[in-house]
Amino acid sequence: MTILSNLISGISLGSIYAIIALGYTMVYGIAKMLNFAHGDVIMVGGYLCFCTTSYLGWHPLPAVLLAIVGCTVLGIVVERLAYKPLRSAPSLAVLITAIGVSYFLQNAALLLWGSDPKVFPAFFSFSGQSGVALLGGQLNITYVAMITVTVCLVIMLALTTFTGHTKMGKAMRAVSEDKGAAQLMGIDVNFTISMTFAIGSGLAAIAGVLLCSTYPTLMPTTGSMPGIKAFTAAVFGGIGSTPGALLGGLLLGVIQIFAQAYVSTQLSDAIVFAVLIVVLLVKPTGLLGRQVREKV
Amino acid sequence: MKRKNVCSLVLAAAMMATLAGCGSGGASSAAAASSGSASGSAAASADPIKIGGIGPITGSAAVYGIATRNGAQVAVDEINAMGGMQFELNFQDDEADAEKGVNAYHTLQDWGMQIVYGCTTTGSCVNVAAETNADRYFQLTPSASSTDVTAGKDNVFQVCFTDPGQGTTAADYVAEQGLAKKVAVLYNNGDAYSTGIATAFAAEAAAKGLEVVSNTTFPDDTNTDFSVQLSDAKNNGAELVFMPIYYTPASLVLNQAKSMDYSPIFFGGDGMDGILAMEGFDTSLAEGLMLMTPFNASDAGAADFVAKYEAAYGETPNQFAADGYDCIYAIYAACEKAGITADMSHEDVCEAMIAAFTSSDFSVDGLTGKGMTWGTNGEVSKAPMVVKVENGAYSTM
Amino acid sequence: MEKLKRMAPSTRSSFITYGMVIVAYAVMEALLSGGLLKSSLKGLLVPICAYVVMAVSLNLTVGIMGELSLGHAGFMSVGAFTAVIAAAALESTVTSGPVRLAVSMAIGGVAAGLVSLIVVVPVLRLQGDYLAIVTLAFGEIIKNIINCVYVGLDGEGFHFGMKDAASLGLAADGKMLLQGPMGAVGIQKLSSFTAGFLLILLTLAVALNFIHSRAGRAVMALRDNRIAAESVGISPSRYKMMAFVTSAVLAGLAGGLYAMNFSSILAKKFDFNTSILILVFVVLGGMGNIRGSVIAAAALTVLPELLRDFSDYRMLVYAIVLILVMLFTNNPACKTVFARFKLGSPAKKEAV
Repeated sequence: MTILSNLISGISLGSIYAIIALGYTMVYGIAKMLNFAHGDVIMVGGYLCFCTTSYLGWHPLPAVLLAIVGCTVLGIVVERLAYKPLRSAPSLAVLITAIGVSYFLQNAALLLWGSDPKVFPAFFSFSGQSGVALLGGQLNITYVAMITVTVCLVIMLALTTFTGHTKMGKAMRAVSEDKGAAQLMGIDVNFTISMTFAIGSGLAAIAGVLLCSTYPTLMPTTGSMPGIKAFTAAVFGGIGSTPGALLGGLLLGVIQIFAQAYVSTQLSDAIVFAVLIVVLLVKPTGLLGRQVREKV
Repeated sequence: MKRKNVCSLVLAAAMMATLAGCGSGGASSAAAASSGSASGSAAASADPIKIGGIGPITGSAAVYGIATRNGAQVAVDEINAMGGMQFELNFQDDEADAEKGVNAYHTLQDWGMQIVYGCTTTGSCVNVAAETNADRYFQLTPSASSTDVTAGKDNVFQVCFTDPGQGTTAADYVAEQGLAKKVAVLYNNGDAYSTGIATAFAAEAAAKGLEVVSNTTFPDDTNTDFSVQLSDAKNNGAELVFMPIYYTPASLVLNQAKSMDYSPIFFGGDGMDGILAMEGFDTSLAEGLMLMTPFNASDAGAADFVAKYEAAYGETPNQFAADGYDCIYAIYAACEKAGITADMSHEDVCEAMIAAFTSSDFSVDGLTGKGMTWGTNGEVSKAPMVVKVENGAYSTM
Repeated sequence: MEKLKRMAPSTRSSFITYGMVIVAYAVMEALLSGGLLKSSLKGLLVPICAYVVMAVSLNLTVGIMGELSLGHAGFMSVGAFTAVIAAAALESTVTSGPVRLAVSMAIGGVAAGLVSLIVVVPVLRLQGDYLAIVTLAFGEIIKNIINCVYVGLDGEGFHFGMKDAASLGLAADGKMLLQGPMGAVGIQKLSSFTAGFLLILLTLAVALNFIHSRAGRAVMALRDNRIAAESVGISPSRYKMMAFVTSAVLAGLAGGLYAMNFSSILAKKFDFNTSILILVFVVLGGMGNIRGSVIAAAALTVLPELLRDFSDYRMLVYAIVLILVMLFTNNPACKTVFARFKLGSPAKKEAV
């Protein structure tokens, strides 16, 4: 029974990683850049939602929508100001700029919202209960965990459909395959990449709300560690692959909880990362990553 | 190619000039910046005594550094308004990092600091204390509670309890009050403060006949999921969970314990203070929580300070702010006693202040304890206080 | 004769780099002895030296080898803690401070090199971002493990443990050297600016000679076109391992220097953020550009201190400066200007 309950904790933790990793992997797949500021966009999404519900007393639904819109706008602005001028620059230059953006967002949030942690309101509790108890209280599944897993699956399916079947999605895949060739085919590469950032940041807002609902403290540094963990998850699953991000996130969460429960709480992080290294040694492009054959 | 060489030499020279320039040009600008934070508005006939504060203003520990800065600033403003001795506080950011703490200390040296107030966090404080000990500055820390801070340094004093002291006192309290027989310990093993208290607690608990049935940790940066640790405590039948951790992760622990229907007595250290003031926190989660804190914001004695702090910074002060406030008043009392003036060198100030602090008739009545006295080892002696959360507010036990 | 002519520019460039460092040292020493240096800058000298060495060593991996490493601080950490323990153990046998510093730094460097031999296995197998995440993972593992290790020293020798200080069973005269999350405390301050300067010279000598050696050219050939390089018989594993281990040893030395400048160090200092900070130095200075790394590391270490006047807005300003610098150094119009300084722009286009 403890195994089952640990498994559930692992999945609920993993689905949080997964939902952040989806945004990561999407931007990486198309723009080929590691957007280290992604975790901080998540934090901004959390704050936007917190402010509208706690200070203005909004209903959660419009608050979440506003957070999505806010983050999308933020994503577009950041992309336009900081990343677009570097389109032809080496990828590491963009990486450093992303780190600069991450510092900027964190410190701006610190000045704007203060350093004291805020407690995120509990959206997902119904009739005073935050979850359902099964088997006479031995198993507890929180509503927010169920919602996170569901939202995760929905987003993954939506993204797969979007990139697979819509015109914009096809353009994205083309840009991801070969920027130059895509341009020659009449695809507006700049617009496509901007759209990717918009969608990625919108997803970050959803991730922010779910992250803060699961672990309801909100600080300017809230997004940074989950961001790194989600990046790990995205690589674990094969970066650029949408189902891979989901799988990677879930596995990372489950491994972390099991390492804590059955090996050592002290060394759990080391164990998670060691498993990651072993997996990458066996499968060098992640679990579901594409094996790119190099042409001579 | 030739031009390239010339250019790089010019650039190198320019860099040198900048580096050397910040040696000579830094002083006036630093003084200009500090005048913003200090309040020399009261009719100051005498020059102020320069107190240099160090603590995190940015980064993940900013909340604690800002509280100590603000608490101290309230005290400085009060003292300056009284006339007589004047203080000027220049508080520098160390991001809770040892290297940056030493940098901040050196910056304050350039400013002409006479007394060191800080640092807020242990890691930074141990390093700065080594520097102040060598350079002879008097140092008083509000919240760096490790014994390493004061060990072997005659010039460093603490206003907070030491970590082992707190752990031992907590175990004694639990045993004497008969709160529980089986206890669990949950702490942050990436943090010196948390580990220091937890280790001392576990040792003392065993000595007092308490059974530590669960001893779990979480890492510093992955402090969001506690389901495994709580299940372990629950399955081993712990009636009391001792968690010497800061209030931010503690709020998550309480939240997750509730969702798994586990309600032992939760017992925390002084880092837990502030949990009720968290914006949006459901205080019913903390009902029954016990913690050792030197400061209770709802005490009658603290009302004046709380009102001033709230008016200035818009939030209820926690024990970090109160420790900072007490630090400045302790410095004030010692300065009065030792007859410190603004024109004394920091070496003279240091020796006079050490003598004042360790003299047998020196004691300070502060918000965090009545009759605080200090020994030569720099540790404070004051009565510990345990509070329990009842109806969303502290009640002193 | 022909060969000499071809070598000349790179040799000259190396000499400029050495000259720049030597002049900087001489000026600083002169200011120090004249008492003209503010203590805020004086305190920065040793950390600057350590970061310069870190940046140059990371440049070997990122710039010369062309592989992104996000865990360089891990090697610094291994070097730092090993050196601190070694220095404490040698306290009675080696009485001279500088000698003890040199010996313990060397031990730290060797320890970092040994650890890198484990990391090198995935380095040879993986590429690009997958390698980056593995180095990140190693950095985190090292931090996590050091956070759990307790080391004590008494008459009988070293005691190791993973639980707490009490479980080591130290004799009464024993001394705790490393206490898990409480870090190493009571470190004797052995580092000096001169030691840092000598370490920079050593690092430059190693790095520049490596780059201009047969092995260095082989590594760069592998970076620019692996398949072509392999087809002419360059073995990737041998040369990559050489570059990676050299880089780790240098980082270990820098760690030793850094640690012994402070009275206590914590494992969490050497985390992902520190690795990133060093990567910023390398990218800003120009990938593969050793002189650029030296300048960028020094400038970016001083920058946050110069920004103290902004008080609460300090780190915000730092972030904006960082973004603007990246934008300007990569702007095509500014690039031509910067190219003259050999700053900011990489010598060669990255291999894709």
